[in-house]
Order: sequence, then structure tokens, then C-alpha cells
Amino acid sequence: QDIRNTVGNIPMEWYQDFPHIGYDLDGKKIYKPIRNKDELDMFLEKMENPDYWRTVQDKMTGADIRLTDEQVDLVHRLQRGQFGDVHFNPYEPAVDFFTHEVMIHPVTNRPADKRSFIPSLIEKEKVSKLVHAIKMGWIKPRKPKDDSPSYYDLWAHEDPNSILGRHKMHVPAPKMKLPGHEESYNPPPEYLLSEEEKLAWEQQEVAERKLNFVPQRFGSLRQVPAYPRFIQERFERCLDLYLCPRQRKMRVNVNPEDLIPKLPKPRDLQPFPTTQALIYRGHSSLVRCLSISPSGQWLVSGSDDGTVRFWEVCTARCMKTLPVGGVVKSIAWNPNPTICLVAVCVEQSVLLVNPCLGDKLLYGATDQLLESYVAPEEERVQPVRWVTATTEEHSKGIRLVIQHSKAVKQVTWHGKGDYLASVVSDNSSMQVLIHQSSKRWSQSPFRRSKGMVQVVLFHPTRPYFFVATQRYVRVYNLLKQELTKKLMTNCKWVSSMAIHPGGDNIICGSYDSKLAWFDLDLSTRPYQLLRHHKRALRSVAFHRRYPLFASGSDDGSVIVCHGMVYNDLLQNPLLVPVKVLKGHVITLDLGVLDVLFHPTQPWVFSSGADGTIRLYT
Amino acid sequence: TVPRRLCILKGIYPHEPKHKKKVNKGSTAPRTFYLLKDIKFLLHEPIVNKFREYKVFVRKLRKAYGKSEWGTVERLKDNKPTYRLDHIVKERYPTFTDALRDLDDALSMCFLFSTFPRTGKCHVQTVQLCRRLAVEWLNYIIASRSLRKVFLSIKGIYYQAEVLGQPVTWITPYTFAHDHPTDVDYRVMATFTEFYTTLLGFVNFRLYHSLNLVYPPKIDGQADVDLKPTEGKEYAMDSESYLEKLSALSASLARVVAPAHEDEVEMDEFPVEGETSEEMDTRKKEQEALEKQKKLFEGLRFFLSREVPREPLAFIIRCFGGQVSWDKSLCIGATYGVSDPSITHHIVDRPRPEPQLVGRCYLQPQWVFDSVNAKMCLPVADYFPGVLLPPHLSPFVTEQEGDYVPPEKLKLLALQRGENPDEESEEEEEEEEEEDDHDKEEEEDEDESEKEEEMKLKKMEEQKTQSNKALPVKVTAGKVRLEDRKRLEQEQQSEEKRLAIMMMKKREKYLYKKIMFGKKRKVREANKLAAKRKAHDTAVKEEKKKSKKARRA
Repeated sequence: QDIRNTVGNIPMEWYQDFPHIGYDLDGKKIYKPIRNKDELDMFLEKMENPDYWRTVQDKMTGADIRLTDEQVDLVHRLQRGQFGDVHFNPYEPAVDFFTHEVMIHPVTNRPADKRSFIPSLIEKEKVSKLVHAIKMGWIKPRKPKDDSPSYYDLWAHEDPNSILGRHKMHVPAPKMKLPGHEESYNPPPEYLLSEEEKLAWEQQEVAERKLNFVPQRFGSLRQVPAYPRFIQERFERCLDLYLCPRQRKMRVNVNPEDLIPKLPKPRDLQPFPTTQALIYRGHSSLVRCLSISPSGQWLVSGSDDGTVRFWEVCTARCMKTLPVGGVVKSIAWNPNPTICLVAVCVEQSVLLVNPCLGDKLLYGATDQLLESYVAPEEERVQPVRWVTATTEEHSKGIRLVIQHSKAVKQVTWHGKGDYLASVVSDNSSMQVLIHQSSKRWSQSPFRRSKGMVQVVLFHPTRPYFFVATQRYVRVYNLLKQELTKKLMTNCKWVSSMAIHPGGDNIICGSYDSKLAWFDLDLSTRPYQLLRHHKRALRSVAFHRRYPLFASGSDDGSVIVCHGMVYNDLLQNPLLVPVKVLKGHVITLDLGVLDVLFHPTQPWVFSSGADGTIRLYT
Repeated sequence: TVPRRLCILKGIYPHEPKHKKKVNKGSTAPRTFYLLKDIKFLLHEPIVNKFREYKVFVRKLRKAYGKSEWGTVERLKDNKPTYRLDHIVKERYPTFTDALRDLDDALSMCFLFSTFPRTGKCHVQTVQLCRRLAVEWLNYIIASRSLRKVFLSIKGIYYQAEVLGQPVTWITPYTFAHDHPTDVDYRVMATFTEFYTTLLGFVNFRLYHSLNLVYPPKIDGQADVDLKPTEGKEYAMDSESYLEKLSALSASLARVVAPAHEDEVEMDEFPVEGETSEEMDTRKKEQEALEKQKKLFEGLRFFLSREVPREPLAFIIRCFGGQVSWDKSLCIGATYGVSDPSITHHIVDRPRPEPQLVGRCYLQPQWVFDSVNAKMCLPVADYFPGVLLPPHLSPFVTEQEGDYVPPEKLKLLALQRGENPDEESEEEEEEEEEEDDHDKEEEEDEDESEKEEEMKLKKMEEQKTQSNKALPVKVTAGKVRLEDRKRLEQEQQSEEKRLAIMMMKKREKYLYKKIMFGKKRKVREANKLAAKRKAHDTAVKEEKKKSKKARRA
């Protein structure tokens, strides 16, 4: 073979970008022949060269080769699909190896097998197996085809016995909801969704949507397209049928009016305060506390502006203003009608004030009573200091000052009017102090503190003492000096407490807007928890004569309830709210701070954060 | 999958346990719970063995295919195990009424499957069977004239029939090719359909026999003669032409016993105990109305144009005693041509119909549906071709007190009562327009007076504040305030109620609030719809006015 180029059998494109086309036997580069013919030259050559059609380029050397006649002939023959060799004859006569004629001699001389004369054992075995299978019924002969299901009267004999227990238990699937007007292809215009509604519909979760389609309107029936979710909806129904738990639910078909408890009509429970009658204006700041004289003629109020004001109830006239120089936390008029004395809490001291109102004999007698005190011979150790008022103070009406070590929160009188209890905001055992005004003698009744004392109260008739801490109310017997009861209020933080004049029932107001009514004979848990107010309760009060109690709250309202206590022990108290009294303006998020009943009339006073006292009659 | 099929066929569904935590071993994860009794009940089912046999058969067949034992394959295929569901149907529905009550889903499913293409998603036999049963059902409804309500919804066409006193509702899709969704398990649907076809077959059999009709249905001999065989051949193959003729719904069915004419026996009246004469009267009236509705289209001859959905319309018209025909090339079973002069109603659905023939009403298909729902032939003027159609209302809605009632419904009710609201309303409209102007003036007056009052009030308040500030007390003559006694009483009552609500127990209060919330929401929705309608009406009116003005100008 003539090897001029030694690159081997490779694609010649690899040398496209080189000036040479390979290497000769000596290892020298074979350069491509210079081809500087342009299109025109090519064309001219095509026109002029008679051998142009038989000239091909040798890729290996890059040289032009003119094909010989034989080579052209070969190409022609291959093109025609003939053999390359001219002399090859594809149609040579066939020579038979085996003739169709039967020969007289066998090709082999082998004798026939014995098994070609006897029946086959394998076949016998197969047949016997088949026979056995047919006998045993394993193989069945062809059955006649029975394609179409034949129907008959299935319920021809409706047998009542065939109704099983499970049919009674069966919960039939609820039928699908029937379509409403909005599903129509041409619904009334109000059922079509507006743009916003459509947007809202699209943004809703699929499960939350009220309609599972968007109502649409088509002008005529021919414009209605196929519903794209038809198959899905059928499928979902199928899933519901076999996957959804079914349950019989008693539908509560109650008339909402029946749920409202039947209460006696408020009109039948009169008298109770219904309208705002008077406004006592004068204080410039919150009025924290109120108290009324046992006769019901005078009202006293203490305020954050550092004054105590005395009012005449019927005229709303301010009779007297007593500046005390501090926030008045609590105020209490002596319940004994023969003594005219008011206890006022101001910061660390309790002032005993003689208001000098009303009967001159009466308040003169009180002064005499206080002056008749003779100091005991030996000085006793007391938790507080009793100080007689200076002359300047005396002229204002202050008679005695009980100086505590800490700020005093609350003061309350015993029913007889001799003892008074005060609460000190302290965490020690000295939180509650009981003072005797006639002997100017104080004592601390508790050895240990049981939590932050909120309110204390004397039982109106019996020697019991109520102490309300944040969550419990403890009842102490003062004579036996022991704890008799502990009431759970079920409230978070007790704010106020009041006792029924009968002494067997207590109400507690709490800052979590609950009012608990305790029946002391019934249990230590509240007989009823009333959630009438929307905000924290500030104070509660019982009427001394009428079966009424009131609660004032931060939402600016006073709710007056009828609370009938029966003498019969078996009958539970009847509590009916009878009136919601509004009037106070909410200032600094505070509404009503104190409520108080008139001792004889069905009137209620309320003092509010807006600096007014209101009387409702 | 076998338990799933069993559950579907036997109608076993999960239960919600009373104490979910106790049953679920303390966890609250969502799980489905079946009753143990139900599972045991499934185990006793003889069909379980059939399913096993079938499984074995499939295994053998696969093996034979793998070994290319074609003889075995043939033999196995010949002996393919089959099962029947008759006993399950009987067991699930011990009485015929039970079966009728549960027919809604069965019918909807059969009608859906009968529209499926005969390739791909499910077996051809199932589709054919469904089609057959559906057609049989339609024919029964025609023969018994028990269709009551129809509704063209955007999802499909709803039908409601009353079969032996049971309302049966089904939906058929519009006849378009389905775009088969990918998120649907067709095997579940097929299992349901398997059961439903069995059920429907038995129900059909029973229903046909209750009417003395031949089952499987045969077209009445006379009608058969009318249908020339040559015509049939052009349309369908011999094997299919029977079903096609049946599904044309144009011919009546053959009866086992020839019907004696007017064999309607006057029903004796048995007064039910404790029923007053008034109730009886109403019942009688209802029955009369029903009889009247059944003969709604009696004596009318309809012709359906080719763009109208033929099957539903033919079905409805025939259900109410009308005669119906269509173009011969549209479907087999056409009885008369377009040019028949006896045609009274021609149903078309194109904006501008070709030259109209005298002596017949050209109507849009909605007229048929609305007339059926209204139980009377509605005035045709609103339904002429190319006219803006009145809204199509759902017949399934019965408005209770307090619900929103669309004005079209009110109009319809008035029509049914025999009044003619159209004229009145037109007069009213004119009057209203006049009134509107007056109203505006009055409103303005009112506004002014209100403003004056406000001013007065303001002045009063100012005075008050001033008087508070300036001490000199001034006494003004008081006005006698008239006490509205009624209002006072109402206020008192509402306050009493409020107080009583305060005393409710927590749980009851919650329930009460929930009920009241629901009620309020209902009212709100009704108000919203009414407001929307009002806005729409005013908009339409204004447009009308504008166009009127434009015309005048």
C-alpha cells in the first residue's frame, strides 16, 4: 500500500486549522497544496476542464485526483446496486444437494427404536393427570358465557326478619346539598360575586369556602361550558361516602328565648334605685371612699385631692371641707347613732374626726366621751401611738390621731361603735390592728401573716371577724380567738367585701370582674359567681334594710341586684340583677370607686374617678 | 385495596369514637376508627372468597403469560371467576323503599359514567351498562311521569323525580368530552359504580314491573313499525340501534298487559284521623295541582333545533306529556320534520333564527325548564330568541321567613296565584319615577329640618356649659316631654332581657350567643343580597333613563 501520509485512520478535520495535512514516512510535514482558487476560478475550471466531473480531492493528501475510467465504471456500478466485480455472476445455476427423487438405499442403516412401537409413558402420565384433574374438578370444562347481569325482582319477598339490628344502627349518608339560586347558569344579578368578593373567594382556603364554585352568568344555554370539576366532585362524594365517619348528632333546636332564665320581673322587686337623682360636685380628684351617717342625713367622702368633704344628702350641699393633707384611702362613719365620729385613713394615721354636724347635743356628747378618757397608770406597749389633736386640729374637728408605722389602707368600725379595725399595707403580722377608741388601746390580733390582707370586716351582730386576703376570706372568732372558716373565693384578687346585715351571707368583689356570693351556712365555696361587669370590681355594698346589693366597677357602671335571703335555711338566696346604673365618666381607666347604700332609703351612692358622687334613687 | 372494596360494597363507614383519646391510646392524632363489629361482619362476607379466587386467577394468568403457555391462558380466561352482588344489595337495602332512598348517588354516578369515552379510564362494558341503565331509568320516569323539578346549573342539569313517594335527585353533566383529572382514583369510582349498577338494575326491574312494562324495555310495537329499519341502519349498527332507539326517548314502551284506556280509578278518600277538613282540602288541592303538572305539555308539539341539547329536553317534554321531534340527521327516532304545520313550539338557541314559520312559538330552551318548575306554561314573551332571558331560579330553594327572596320569585309566586304582576309593576315604575322626584325634594326638606334641630341642640349644649361655668343660675321654662309609652315599655322589656341574660349560666350564655350570632349573620346576608339587588336595579334604571333621554334628544 502506498502510504504517503502516516497519520493513520483519523478524521482529517483535526488538521483543518494546520498548514500541513500529516507526515510522510520520513516524519516530515506534508503541506497542503496551495489552494488559492476563488469562486470565479472554480467556476472557470468547472466550465473549462473537461475532466472536472471526474476529479476528486484526496483527503489524505489534499491533492486532486482524476479518476480513471475503471474507477468511474466501478462507481457507476455501485450506484446501480450491482456487484463491484465485473466478472461476478450472481445468477449461477443452482446445484441440488438433495434430490426430490426417492433413493432406493437408506442414507443410514440404523434399526428403528423400540419406543416408536410402544405407547409413550410421558404422554400417559400427562393424560392421567388431566383425567385426575377433571375428576377432582380442578379443571372445569368450558362454562357457557353469561355476560349480561340478569336482574330479577330482588324485593319480591320483603321479609321483615331480614331487617337486622345493624339496619337500625345504620346512619344513612346525608344527601348532597341541593343547589341554590347562585348555582344557576343564569342567576339573579345579586348572586353574582363582585370583584372584591371574587378576590376574597380566591384567597380563601379551599375547605373554608362557602361555595365551591364562582357563580357565573351565561346569556343562553348554548354558551354554558362543561363544569371542569364535575368528576372531582363525584369522586369527593365517593370518598365522603366510604371514608367519612358518620355520627348521629342531635341538632340543638332550642329556642334562644327558652335559654334565658325565668327571673322575677324587676318591677315586682321594687323598691330599688332606678334613676340618677343628685350629683355631688366639689372634689377635684378621684373620690376614693364614701361613708354615711347612721341617720342617713350626712355623707362623707374622701378624695385624692387631700380633702374630706361632708355633704348633706338631700340637698347635695357641701357642709364642710376638711383638708387632711394626704390621699384619703378609706373613711368610715361610726355606726353607733349616739356617737358622732368619723374615722379617716390618711397616709400613716387614722384620724378620728367629729364632724360637728346635726344635733348639737349628740356631737357634744361625743366630745365629752372622748375627753372623759383617763390614761391608765402604767403605760402599755402598743403597736401604734394615740395622739390627742392639737388645738388647731381640734378646731377643724379632728379629735384623735392614731399613728401607725406604715400607710393605712382601710378602716372599719365594729357595729357597737367602740372598736375599729385598720389594715396596714405591710407584709408582716401587723397588717391588721384592732383599736378601742374609748380606752385608746390597740392590739394586733394575729401572730402570723397569711398573705396580703385586702379588706377586713366585723360581723354586725356576732363576735366574728372577716379578713380577706388576695384569694381567701378567713373568718375568725374573736372570743375564742380561732379560725372558724376559710372561704375560697375562686377569684384572682379580692378587692372588696361586704356582709349581709343578717350576717350569714358575704359578697366579695374581685379585680377579675367577678362577684362571689357566699352563703356561710352552705359551704366555703361561692354559692354563685356573678360575672356582670366587664371590668374590675372596685367595691360592693349591701343595703341594711332592703334585700339589695350593689357593685361598682371600672367600666363606670353600678349594678344593683336583688339578693333575697330567706329565713328558711332550706331555701337558697335569690339573686336577680335589677338595674344597671350608668353616669360616671371613665377617667384614667377608672370608673366607679366606691358604692354605698343609704341606711334607710333604697338609694345608692357611687363615687367615681371623675371627682363626682352620684345618688341614684 | 381489598378491604377498601369490601367497605365500599358493603357500605361500611368509619365511626367517631365517644372518647377519642381513650381509644387512640392517649394520642389525639387524627385516625379513622371502624367498629370491631363491622370488621367482623366484613370477614363473614362470602364475597371475600371470590375476591381471593380472583386474585389467584390473576396470578395464574400472569404466570401462564410469562411462560407463554397460550393454551393455559385461554383455559384460564374461559374460567375467569365472576361474582355477583345481589345478596349485598338485598342485605344493604332490605326493603325497596330503602333502595329508592339511596338512589341519588347511584344515578348521578351512572349518568356520569355513561358519558365517559369507551377507551382508557374504565371498562367498556361498565360504560355500556351504565348507559343502558340510565336510559332505562329515563324511560321509566317518562312512562310514570314522575319528574317534578329540573334545574340548569353551571355544574350540570339537576333533575328531581318523585318515585313511589320518595324524592330522587340526580345530576347529569353537560355533554362535552371530559378532561380527565389526574387527582382522581378511578378504581374507587369503578368499585362504587359496580355496586350502583347492580342496585340500579334491580331497582329498574322492579319499577318497570310496577308499571306493567316489559323489562328489559321494548319499544312499543306500533312505534317500532314507524321506525323504518333502513333509517336505523344509516344511523347505527344493528347491535347498537336498539339502545339508540331507546335512548332517543321518543317512543313509548311496550307493556306486559295492554293498558286499558282511562284506567285511572277515582281514588277513594280516606280521611286520616286528626285531620281537619281544611287540611284535607289543601291535600286535595295539592293532588289536583300535581295531576295538572303531569299534563303540563299535553297536546303541545315541540321541535328541537339542532343546537339545543336534545336528550334533556326530549326527556323533560316527554315527561310532561308533550310530543317532541328533531332533525332527522340529528338522531334516530325523529317522528316529524321541521315543516310540520302542527308544531306549536320550536325550541331554538341561536341569536337570529332563520326565516320563521307562522303558527308556532320560537322559544329558548329555558322556557321549558322554567315552565316545569313553575308548574304552568309561562308567558312566552320573555323567552323569544335573542331576548335577554329572565334569571333561572333554583326550584330546590324554599324560602323561610326572614330569608332573602329574589323579586323574580315573588313575581312567579304571584303568577301562580293567578295575578298578573307585569302590568302593575310597569305602572308602578312610572309612578315610582314620579315619586322619586318628590322624594328627593322631601328628603332635602327633611335634611334641612334635621340640620336646624342639630343647631338648636348645639346651642342648648353650649348654654348648658356656659351656665355651669357662670354661676348665676337661670331657670328656663321646661318643656313638657311627651312620653312614648310604647317605646318606654319596649325599652323596659329589652332591659329586663339584658338583665336576665346577665344571669345565664356560662354554657347557656355561650349557646345563646352562638344562636343569636347565627341569626344575625343570616339577616346580614339577606340584607346584603337585597342591597346588591337594589344597587343593580338602580343602575339598570339609570341606564334606561339615559338611553331614553338619548333617544329623545
